[in-house]
Amino acid sequence: MERAIRVLVAKAGLDGHDRGAKVVARALRDAGMEVIYTGIRQTPAMIAEAAVQEDVDAVGLSLLSGAHMHIFPEVLKLMREKGAGDILLTGGGCINDTDMAELAEQGVGALFGPGASTGAIVEYIREEIGRRRAEEDSA
Amino acid sequence: MLESRLVTTLSAFDQGDRRAAARLISLVENGGPQAEEVLHRLYPRLGRVPRIGITGPPGVGKSTLVDTLIRHHRQNDLRVGVVAVDPSSPFSGGAVLGDRVRMGDLATDPGVFIRSMATRGSLGGLARATKDVADVLEAFGHDILIIETVGVGQTEMDIAAAADTVVVVVSPESGDSIQAMKAGLMEVADVLVVNKADRPAAGQMMRTLEADLHLRPAAPWTPPVVATIASRGEGVAELTDAVSRHYDHLQESGTLEERRLDRARTEIAAILDDRLRQHAHQRLADQLAPWAELVVQGEATPYSAARSLLAALLEEHS
Amino acid sequence: MSDAKSLTASLYTRPDDNDKHVTVSGREISPLVTPDDVADLDYQQDLGNPGEYPYTRGVHASMYRGKVWTMRQFAGFGTAEQTNERYRFLMGRGQTGLSVAFDLPTLMGRDSDDEWSLGEVGKCGVAISSLQDMETLFDGIPLADISTSMTINSPAAIIWAMYIAAAERQGADIAKLRGTLQNDILKEFIAQKEFIFPPEPSMKLVTDTIEFGTREMPQFNTISISGYHIREAGSTAVQELAFTLADGFAYVDHAIAAGLDVDEFAPRLSFFFNSHLDLFEEIAKFRAARRIWARHMKDRYKAKNPRSWLLRFHTQTAGCSLTAQQPHLNIVRTAYEALAGVLGGTQSLHTNSMDEALALPSEESVEIALRTQQILAHEIGVASTTDPLAGSYFVEKLTSEMEAGAEEYFTRINEAGGVVPALEEGFFQREIADAAHWYQMALERKQRVVVGVNEYVNPDEKQAMPLLHIDKDVARKQNEKLAALRERRSTETHGAALTRIEQTARDGGNLMPAFVEAVKADATLGEIIETLKTVYGEYVEPIII
Repeated sequence: MERAIRVLVAKAGLDGHDRGAKVVARALRDAGMEVIYTGIRQTPAMIAEAAVQEDVDAVGLSLLSGAHMHIFPEVLKLMREKGAGDILLTGGGCINDTDMAELAEQGVGALFGPGASTGAIVEYIREEIGRRRAEEDSA
Repeated sequence: MLESRLVTTLSAFDQGDRRAAARLISLVENGGPQAEEVLHRLYPRLGRVPRIGITGPPGVGKSTLVDTLIRHHRQNDLRVGVVAVDPSSPFSGGAVLGDRVRMGDLATDPGVFIRSMATRGSLGGLARATKDVADVLEAFGHDILIIETVGVGQTEMDIAAAADTVVVVVSPESGDSIQAMKAGLMEVADVLVVNKADRPAAGQMMRTLEADLHLRPAAPWTPPVVATIASRGEGVAELTDAVSRHYDHLQESGTLEERRLDRARTEIAAILDDRLRQHAHQRLADQLAPWAELVVQGEATPYSAARSLLAALLEEHS
Repeated sequence: MSDAKSLTASLYTRPDDNDKHVTVSGREISPLVTPDDVADLDYQQDLGNPGEYPYTRGVHASMYRGKVWTMRQFAGFGTAEQTNERYRFLMGRGQTGLSVAFDLPTLMGRDSDDEWSLGEVGKCGVAISSLQDMETLFDGIPLADISTSMTINSPAAIIWAMYIAAAERQGADIAKLRGTLQNDILKEFIAQKEFIFPPEPSMKLVTDTIEFGTREMPQFNTISISGYHIREAGSTAVQELAFTLADGFAYVDHAIAAGLDVDEFAPRLSFFFNSHLDLFEEIAKFRAARRIWARHMKDRYKAKNPRSWLLRFHTQTAGCSLTAQQPHLNIVRTAYEALAGVLGGTQSLHTNSMDEALALPSEESVEIALRTQQILAHEIGVASTTDPLAGSYFVEKLTSEMEAGAEEYFTRINEAGGVVPALEEGFFQREIADAAHWYQMALERKQRVVVGVNEYVNPDEKQAMPLLHIDKDVARKQNEKLAALRERRSTETHGAALTRIEQTARDGGNLMPAFVEAVKADATLGEIIETLKTVYGEYVEPIII
C-alpha cells in the first residue's frame, strides 16, 4: 500500500482566522492524507519542530495577517537547521503573486491565494510528494 | 541486512538526532523487513521504562490531561515520549490528528517528543504498530512513555493492553462515560480518572465508579479513582502517584515479569504469523487462481484446496 | 396558489448537489411566494410601524430621513501617525464616524516589541501599545465631536481606558463621549479566536466595562455583539443571527447576575452584522434580528424601558465575498451588500474596498467604497422611505423563517447548558465548520458561481492593482517609542498601578478605574495583559475541524 502522505497544517503567528485551515484539513483528510492539525498560534519554532517529530511530507501554513514574508522564510530556515529542508513548505491565504514569487525564490513551494480550490491543493501535494518520493527512491 | 541509508539513520538516532528518530518511527509504523531489522537492533535497550496508556471516550479532556502530565514529569526532569492515536476515516483512509493542539508549546521542549498516529483502518495491526513506535521512542532515551488513544472500542483496549499501566479517563456528564463502563474499558483500567471534576455531577460519578469497583471479586490491585481538573492542572500529582504505585505493585508482585513473558510470547507468535503468512503467499501465490477455479467448478472446496497447498509447502521443506 | 413550491423550514437543508437555487447559506430559495404563505402575519404583532414594538420595520420612526446611517469605514494600519492621516483623509471625503482597526499584536494584548509581534506590527491595523500611541492616533481629531468605534476584544477594557484618558487629555467631558467598543469576547471563542483568558474571567471583564459605561459614559455603547465574524468564519445566515443573539442574551444574563438592572444597561448594547451576497436573506435576517431581540427583552427579561427592546446595529459588507480575481467586481458586490444593509435598516455601515482580498485598502479604493455609500444615500432613493420591503410576501416569509430558525438554535443552546458550556464543548464551532465546508464544496462543484473565480474566468489575468504596502519601519519606530516610554516613566507609579490591577483582579472588583490609572502611568498594553494572565491564566480551545 502506498505510504500515507502526512501533512502538518498550522496557523502561524497571532492570527486566529482558521476557516481556511480547517476546510483544507478536511479536504486533505478526505483525500486520504494524514493531517497533523496544530491549530492557531504556532510559532515558527513550534512548526519546524512538530514537522520533524511527525516526519511529515509537507507543511501547510495559513496566513491572512500579512506576516507571510516574515513567517515563511523563518519556518524554512528552522526546518533547514533541523535537517528537514526537504519537507515541502506550502500554504496559502492573503498572499499576492509578487510575494509568492519572492518566496518561491527562497525555496517555498507553491502557495494558494484567495479563490484557490482544495482540489488544486490536494493535487499539488500529491504530485509534488509523489515526485519527491520517486526521486528519493531512485537515489 | 540493513540498507545503508538506514545504517546512517540509525547512527544519527544513536546520537540523539530527532529527525532520525522520527524517520525510524515512520519506518516501523509502515512495517516491513527493514523495520523489523531496526526493531531487532533496538530491542536490547527496552524494558526499563514505564509505559502509561491513557484512554477513554472522546471529549473527556485526555489531551489536556496528557499535557499536564507531561509538564509534571518535566518538572522532575524526566524525558517524556508521547504517542497520540486518533481514528482514520473509514471512507477516505485519511485522518485529522489534532492532539498536538493541546500540547502546543511543548513542541519546543527538547525533553518531549510527541508523535501522532492514525489508526489506518488496521485490523489488529495497530496495537503492534503503536508498540513498535513506543519502542523506538523508548530506545531514543525517554524516561516515561505515554500512549494516548481515544474511544471505547476493542482497538483502544488492545493498545492500552500494551501499556504497563492503563489509565481510563471519563468525565462527569458525557453519557459516553457510561458506555465506556459497559464496553469493558473498566476491566482494563488500572487507574480511573474522573476529569472535569469541578462539574456538579463529578461527585456522583466517582461514587458510582467506586461502588462498581467494590462489587468486583477481591484482587491484588484495586484501581483507585482519581479526580482531576486537567485544565487547571489539579489532581495531576495524585494521578502520577497512583500510576507509580501501580508500577511498583507490578514489580513487587511479579506481574511485570509475567506480562513481559506474555508479551514476548505474543510478539514472537505475531512476527512468526506474519513471516509464515508472507512466505506462504509468496510461494503459493500463482497457485491460488487455479485452485479457486476448481472450487467454483465444484471440483474442490476451499478446505481441500488449502490442505493440498499446505501439504505441497511442507513437502518442499522436508 | 398551488404552483408555488414551499420552502422547507429545516435549518439543516442539504440541497441536492446540483440545485443552484440556494442562497450563499445553502438555503433553498422559493421560486414564488404568495399571500397564502404569509396569511398568519399580523401587522401589529409581527411588524409594527418603524420605531414601534416589535421594531421589525426599524428602530426609529423616521429612520434615514431623520438621520442617514453613519458612514463609518473601519481603518488602521502602520503607526498611529499613519492611521491618523488616513482618518483625516476619510473625514475629508465625507465619512461621518470613526472606526479603529488595530494590528494583531494589539488585538492579542501584546506590545509591538513583544517576540510574538515579529512580522505582525502594523500589518492588519494600527499598532497601539500605550496611551501615547492613542493620543497620536486622535491627534487633531476632537473625540468629543465624533463617535468612535474601536474593534478590540480581549484587551478592550484597556484600550478603552486609553481612549478615555486620551479624550480627557483633549479636554473632553467623558460622560458625553459617543462611540462603540466591540468588546464581544464570546464570538472570539466561537469564531475569530482572538481570546486570551478563559471564558469566565473574560466575561467578567465585559461586565466590568458594561457597568463602568452605565455609570460613567451613558452615551457609549460598551459592547457590539457581533455576527460579522461568525459569518466570515463560514456560518449560514441563520447561524449568524442565532449565535449573535444568543451571545447577546448571555451578556444580559451575566450583567444581571452581576447586579445590574436590565433597563440600566440594555439600551447601550449594540450589535454588528455581516451583509453578505444574498440580498433578501440578509434583509430578512436584519428584520428578524430586531423582532427577536424586542420579543425576548420585553417578554422574557421583562425590560420596561422601550430603549432596552431596541436592537441597533452596525453593518459591514462581507469580506469573505471579495475576490482577488477581477477585483473591480468587488465594487459591485459591495454595492449590493450595502443595499441590503440599508434596506435592512442598519444604523451605521462600513463598505469594503475592492482590493481587500489581498491587502488593506488603498486611498483610491477606500474612497470608492465610501462613495458607494454616498450614492446609496443620495441617488437611489432608498433613504427616503423606511423598510420599503415590508409587506412583500417573499421578504415577510423569509423573515419569519429566519426567526423560527434562530429559535430552534436557542433551544439547542439551552439544552447544552447555555452559550459558555456550548462553546467549551465546541457546538458553535462544529456548526460553523460544517457550514464552511459545505460552501467550499458547493464552490468546487460549481453549485455556487463566483464570477471571475470559478466561472467567467480571465485566464491570463495578472494581479495588477497597486496594493497598500505597510512601511517596513513601523516595527522599528514602535520599538523606539516603547524604549523611550519605559525610560521616562516613573517606576513607582507604574509599579503601583500594575499591583493595583493584580489586586483588583484577584478581589473581583471593577478593573476599569485601575486600567485608566495604569495607562496614565504609562503602563503598556502588554504589561497590563501579562499582569492579568498571572491571575486569569490563558485559554486553549477545543479541537474542532
